[in-house]
Amino acid sequence: MSQQPILEIRDLHASVEGKEILKGINLTVNPGEVHAIMGPNGSGKSTLAQVLAGHKAYEVTSGKALLRGNDLLELDPEERAREGVFLAFQYPVELPGVNSTYFLKAAVNAVRKHRGEEELDAADFLALVRQKMKVLDVGEALLRRSVNEGFSGGEKKRNEIFQMAVLEPTLAILDETDSGLDIDALRVVADGVNKLRSPENAMVLVTHYQRLLEYIVPDVVHVLYKGRIIKSGGKELALELEEHGYDWVKEHAEEVGVG
Amino acid sequence: MHSTTESFLKNFALLEHSLNGESELPLHQLRRRSLERFSALGFPTTRDEDWRFTNIAPLAATHFRPVLLPEPHSITPAQAAAIGYAGQSAHRLVFVNGHFAPGLSQLGEVGNGVAVGNLAAVIKADAGVVEQFIESLPATRPDPFAALNTAFLRDGAFISVPNGSIIQQPIHLLFIGAAPSEATVAHLRNLISVGANAQATIIEEYVSVGGGNPTFTNPVTQIAAGENATVNHYRIQHEQESGFHVGTFHATLERASTVNSITFTLGSAIVRNNTNAVLGGPGAHCTMDGVYLANGTQLVDNHTTLDHAAPNCTSHELYKGVLNDRGRGVFSGRIIVRQDAQKTDSKQSNRNLLLSDTAIIDSKPQLEIFADDVKCTHGATIGQLSDESLFYLRARGIGLAQARAILTYAFAEEVVEHIAIPELCDYLEALLNTRLEH
Ligand SMILES: Nc1ncnc2c1ncn2[C@@H]1O[C@H](COP(=O)(O)OP(=O)(O)OP(=O)(O)O)[C@@H](O)[C@H]1O
Ligand SMILES: [Mg+2]
Repeated sequence: MSQQPILEIRDLHASVEGKEILKGINLTVNPGEVHAIMGPNGSGKSTLAQVLAGHKAYEVTSGKALLRGNDLLELDPEERAREGVFLAFQYPVELPGVNSTYFLKAAVNAVRKHRGEEELDAADFLALVRQKMKVLDVGEALLRRSVNEGFSGGEKKRNEIFQMAVLEPTLAILDETDSGLDIDALRVVADGVNKLRSPENAMVLVTHYQRLLEYIVPDVVHVLYKGRIIKSGGKELALELEEHGYDWVKEHAEEVGVG
Repeated sequence: MHSTTESFLKNFALLEHSLNGESELPLHQLRRRSLERFSALGFPTTRDEDWRFTNIAPLAATHFRPVLLPEPHSITPAQAAAIGYAGQSAHRLVFVNGHFAPGLSQLGEVGNGVAVGNLAAVIKADAGVVEQFIESLPATRPDPFAALNTAFLRDGAFISVPNGSIIQQPIHLLFIGAAPSEATVAHLRNLISVGANAQATIIEEYVSVGGGNPTFTNPVTQIAAGENATVNHYRIQHEQESGFHVGTFHATLERASTVNSITFTLGSAIVRNNTNAVLGGPGAHCTMDGVYLANGTQLVDNHTTLDHAAPNCTSHELYKGVLNDRGRGVFSGRIIVRQDAQKTDSKQSNRNLLLSDTAIIDSKPQLEIFADDVKCTHGATIGQLSDESLFYLRARGIGLAQARAILTYAFAEEVVEHIAIPELCDYLEALLNTRLEH
């Protein structure tokens, strides 16, 4: 198999309400890799994640994003998801009245149909879901509830990863999934994520904390600042950031002219 | 408006011919008086305050063939089960074009003085009972459609649950309209009495089979809930798109009784539901909920009245509308709190989801409060589907049309979940989703 990147972003610019937020992002994620994106509040991390998922509030003004060599940006959000893109939201919405089982089954079958696979019937679907619930230590009560309705912050995050486990994406983008998780939940979620890692898929983790990266060890760490990646390095970069804060990379950024 | 009522007046002569000896009964005098009343009132126009937003000119201009006697039909029991609710029921009474269809019905065992049957048979046996029940319907407002119904009174369901009897399984009433060769009309009358400490659940469902000709369904359902009785009444209307439906529901509640009424309106070109309850005994409780859907150029008008005539009663009303395309909804919620009805607690809410720029809703509460120590709240809202919610579903691979359907159903789900029968909830979920995914 040729080593075609799963995700390739080239000089991507995006704005919201006419204000430019992403100012030239370059990023290549190869199969089997985990990339971490760190950076101060408001630097554009979630914007990047939402742009990749296809949120229409964010307008791409120039640049490219390719998923396995194909133009990602021309696809509707549902087509991206069916092609294997999964965004674990920083703030998952509550959907009162939307039954979790119905929702997940609709999602799984939409993806399967797209892949030319047969849709799962109720029994097969339940078997799949039960298996994933065990991995992520999620209770069955969740399936009977409305999607995210009344969930605690941590429960919402865990539910995102549970959905990811069920949908088995090629490219998973986790936007601050670790925020709001207690230490035990963090370990469970990280274990779950690690089990989903394979040489065929890839992950992008947006996080503020080095702690997550102790459990899910990244291949590359990037620092996003004012809409650009100003520094990339190995996993030790996260440690350095934890120690020194963002100031020392910011200084570096001023030198190369960001800001 | 005389010309449009004329065909009904002519049909009345035909009805009298078909009645044979029955026209000698005092009940028939009631029919005649009702016809006179209808004739005097005529069909309403948009100049009538109660019909301001609902123009029934297309109905008034259509000639409907009265189906005066039961006619042969080709509907099989399997067909009837496929077009309506097929879950568990204690009894299933099926009517075709206004007449009882024994071959399609399943009457379960009745004991302890419970009576479940069709009105035509009861009229033959004891017309006085029927007459009395019908006379108890208060004519609070001049209602030409209820008058027309009584004038053409023939058949419907008759249910009598004596004191202390509890019927666990629902009683399913299925009304099938069929108009293969010309437009037809059915004036059904359902009389339901549930005695003191008794309990019953009624599913009243309206469907159509075959033929593109309009049907006009003009049913009146009366419920009398005795002291401490509990009655659940679920009305499901999903007739064919070219039809007309004017449905009247009237419940009277005695001391400490409970009536839960839920009305689902999904079909027909023009629908008007008059849904009324009189809380006539202290401590009675009424919930009055509804879901209405208008696609294409459908018009659904819900006029409700909750009449608090005794102290310490509570009423909860929740009507939720989904208006799409050029669909139109009308909601008028009248709450009367009479002078004696102290400590009344009444909550009314009408929420609407507008799925297109051309859909319309006219919503108005009407509060008439004559007591001083009462709690009455009401509110109406209009909203759209949330973009963030839609994006969340799409980001999981669910297509836009399905995502919209899921969120729209979720909006109506709040009412569906008030139904106490899980099988019926599932049925309605499927029914609503089929309509929504179109
Ligand atoms: N929908 C929106 N409308 C208006 N402004 C937005 C919107 N989304 C993002 N922004 C703005 O874009 C900038 C980047 O926001 P973004 O959410 O991408 O930051 P972030 O790096 O994810 O921050 P955090 O670490 O706090 O999550 C911020 O100034 C934010 O206010
Ligand atoms: Mg963010």
